[in-house]
Amino acid sequence: MVTITRKMEFSASHRYDNPAFSPEENRRVFGKCNNPHGHGHNYTLEVTVAGEPDPQTGMVLDLKELKELLEREVMRRMDHRHLNFEVPELAGKIPTCENIARVIWDLLEPQITQGRLHKIRLYESPDLYAECRRNGTGEL
Amino acid sequence: MSAAGIEIVLGRRYHFAASHRLHSAKLSAEENRRVYGKCNNPHGHGHNYVLEVQVSGAVDPATGMIANLADLDAYVGREVLEAFDHRNLNEEVAAFRETVPTTENLCREAYARIKGFSAARLVRVRIEETGNNSFEYDGQ
Repeated sequence: MVTITRKMEFSASHRYDNPAFSPEENRRVFGKCNNPHGHGHNYTLEVTVAGEPDPQTGMVLDLKELKELLEREVMRRMDHRHLNFEVPELAGKIPTCENIARVIWDLLEPQITQGRLHKIRLYESPDLYAECRRNGTGEL
Repeated sequence: MSAAGIEIVLGRRYHFAASHRLHSAKLSAEENRRVYGKCNNPHGHGHNYVLEVQVSGAVDPATGMIANLADLDAYVGREVLEAFDHRNLNEEVAAFRETVPTTENLCREAYARIKGFSAARLVRVRIEETGNNSFEYDGQ
């Protein structure tokens, strides 16, 4: 098995606020991420696909196709958007790194037919990321 | 792919600076110099370390989080960073009185110190000694 990883960056704004919590509870749980007008990040997404290289092309999948898939499903949906208001897949969810990563996994996974989606890692900053991976792969 | 087949991991990076000297009481002076090279220089030296902590668990629907980052930061801060940052690891961390403070052993010590974090399951720690050397430990 060989893995290939494609990296992509997008910028978006968000705010953490649970309408079921009181304002005090929201501030306590979410801290400055609850500031009323939101804030933003430069996100870095790494998408890893695993498979056997095709004997004809030497590729697990064509990186150009992966790039186009990421443009279509992630960039168009999330880049320069407010994640709370403009991304229907995140409606009703707190747009944490964990939840955004899971939404991206669910968008990409069924559409990768050459090889299979192995993991995605979404950095909110260089020091914080969430990773979605298949159970049992046990890797960083 | 069912939700049960996907694992979500939160990764957080911390920074600390510390000095150490690689020297084993079990080896002769010549052997120490041969094995550890300049890392055996008598007065020690230091690094800017990066500690990467991975935790896993269910994402709480109320918060969108595996674990509250403020809680993880406070725990790692108290258990690891306060003990390691701007310290001489050989002299000031009890575990390294007898054990050589290689980054392999530093990974084990950091893992043991973070394992008690109760809000999520510690998956592994990874330490970069420099930008070119990194070490991982998953408790196995």
